[in-house]
Amino acid sequence: MSRIAESFGVLAGRRAAYIAYATAGFPDGETSLDIMRSMLAEADMLEIGVPFSDPTMDGPVIQETSRRALEAGTSLAGVLRMVERLRSGTEKPLLIMSYFNPIHSFGLRDFSAAAADAGADGIILPDLPLEEFEPWRLEAVRAGLDTVLFVAMTSSPQRMRASGALASGFIYALATMGTTGLRDSLSERLEPFLRLAMRETGLPVAAGVGISNASQCREVGKVADGVIVGTALMHAALRAVDEGDDPGKAIRDIIAPMISTLDES
Amino acid sequence: MKEKTRRRGYFGDFGGMFVPESLVAALTELAAVHEEAKDDGDFQRELAHLLGDYAGRPTPLYEAERLGRELGGARIYLKREDLCHTGSHKINNTLGQCMLARRMGKRRVIAETGAGQHGVATATAAALLGLQCDVYMGEEDTLRQSLNVFRMELLGARVIPVRAGSRTLKDAINQAMRDWVATVEETHYCIGSVVGPYPFPELVRDFQSVIGREVREQFKEREGRLPDILLACVGGGSNSMGLFYPFLQDRDVRLVGVEAGGRGAAPGEHSATLCRGRAGVVHGARSYLLQDGDGQVNSTHSVSAGLDYPGVGPEHSYLKESGRAEYCAVSDSEALEAVKLLCRTEGIIPALESAHAVARAVSMAPEMSPEAALVVCLSGRGDKDVNILQEVLHEQDS
Repeated sequence: MSRIAESFGVLAGRRAAYIAYATAGFPDGETSLDIMRSMLAEADMLEIGVPFSDPTMDGPVIQETSRRALEAGTSLAGVLRMVERLRSGTEKPLLIMSYFNPIHSFGLRDFSAAAADAGADGIILPDLPLEEFEPWRLEAVRAGLDTVLFVAMTSSPQRMRASGALASGFIYALATMGTTGLRDSLSERLEPFLRLAMRETGLPVAAGVGISNASQCREVGKVADGVIVGTALMHAALRAVDEGDDPGKAIRDIIAPMISTLDES
Repeated sequence: MKEKTRRRGYFGDFGGMFVPESLVAALTELAAVHEEAKDDGDFQRELAHLLGDYAGRPTPLYEAERLGRELGGARIYLKREDLCHTGSHKINNTLGQCMLARRMGKRRVIAETGAGQHGVATATAAALLGLQCDVYMGEEDTLRQSLNVFRMELLGARVIPVRAGSRTLKDAINQAMRDWVATVEETHYCIGSVVGPYPFPELVRDFQSVIGREVREQFKEREGRLPDILLACVGGGSNSMGLFYPFLQDRDVRLVGVEAGGRGAAPGEHSATLCRGRAGVVHGARSYLLQDGDGQVNSTHSVSAGLDYPGVGPEHSYLKESGRAEYCAVSDSEALEAVKLLCRTEGIIPALESAHAVARAVSMAPEMSPEAALVVCLSGRGDKDVNILQEVLHEQDS
């Protein structure tokens, strides 16, 4: 059983999993590792974002952290080395999130092998829908990696079933129609959508994009198997870096209340 | 060229639909509606009526005799897309797409624009069909094409300057895609070139193919045969694809796409994607891409905002790999010389984009026999570029 499946299994019936996202390499390699270790101290899983020059699914915060990570010289090979260093200190699931082009450029087979060697458990590819999935799926299976697929409020039940059959680890339910970023409130369509996704996919369903604070975590955590929080954490890290504070501490301060609200829900 | 077994949305190994899950349903719907509209007599009649009485088609195929005499060699014909309503071929596509938007019940269209020509053409079609229109434009382009910004606003569109990244066409597309991911249920993304995910490359090509169909008929009527060479500029590649497509089966007709060579061959100095890029995935399709060794998209440069783009339509990548079309690059200064030459010999101010194709004709024609004939797509007029021309040519003179 993969670390991801195991992690959901342990939490099942108790509370939703908390999955934290960080842009790898922001603001630089070492600080980024500190940030990600702070996340791993609290969260159940870590989603490690490969910075990309053209992040079309991301709002202003992750655009900015990605830009700065690239400016600091972050490469895909560098991200894999970070995964390796994180793995030496944790047994929690590590997932790599990347737009497809850096992986296409690295080579699908080379990347899947290198990611598995580095200790990654799963891969999240936000611009690789079912239609384009097969070539990657074959490599991921060969390397023993889980691949997370997405469902959106616009996905038909049939598509959800197909995604559930091909994905492994969990299903990423897009909680918002739109890019990553902070939202004041969540859509009324979210709850029925999550219930449909859980019924149709047969995999654990984690919701992300737009989940911005503890009360939204609780709301989503009552239904979904997991919540994914990215922008809220990177926003805190960005502010801490700009104000000369410790971004790791800023992140611990914001994650702890989010997770405790999941315990209550 | 007709691959019966080809995957949906693919041209050989290029194309596809590399998009977030949120967009898949809308793209699938768009493909279905486009197929339906192809066979719908009422839709086709209305489109033909708008292209004719409103946009001014067919555009003339004009022999540039004075230019030809000056250069010697092959005869040069210009396909006068610059005489279309709004000043470029872009209107062919925006009328079609805005009609599709209306058919899907979408009341809002968004568009990206580089030089502003596609933005103006979208704003125009949206005004005509009563649709709300928002246009994303890189901040740098809003400055170098300020007149077009005003034209779009006059036509009732809202122009949203994009301050991310290189602040040019690529970033305008990024921002339009971000808008679309959030608004896809009520908004149609009227993409301006043969780029993007399935079905856009073939949909835009279908609407632009009117250029090649007219050239075929007009040239045949005049010369009783087909032209020897077709030349068109390639940024994303919509005017070139529209010109080439009806000739793909005519193996004797050479197809030449002309990219922006900018200031030099170093990364960041040009926009010659097919000449100097390699396969990658950006903006929803697998195609040639200007990128670094780590798969990050390079910045680009061209004196013409409409060619200043690191990607290219996937069907062009296929035509390059299959050898059916050839691609070359023309520098900023060669394009500027071509503008001056066409002004002086023919009294036509071409758009800086189209001037790249003219420049290639200028170097090819003298090498060819007087019996040969070239057709150059004059995709747009240069009125929008006079400010830049004034600046650049003045610098050159001083």
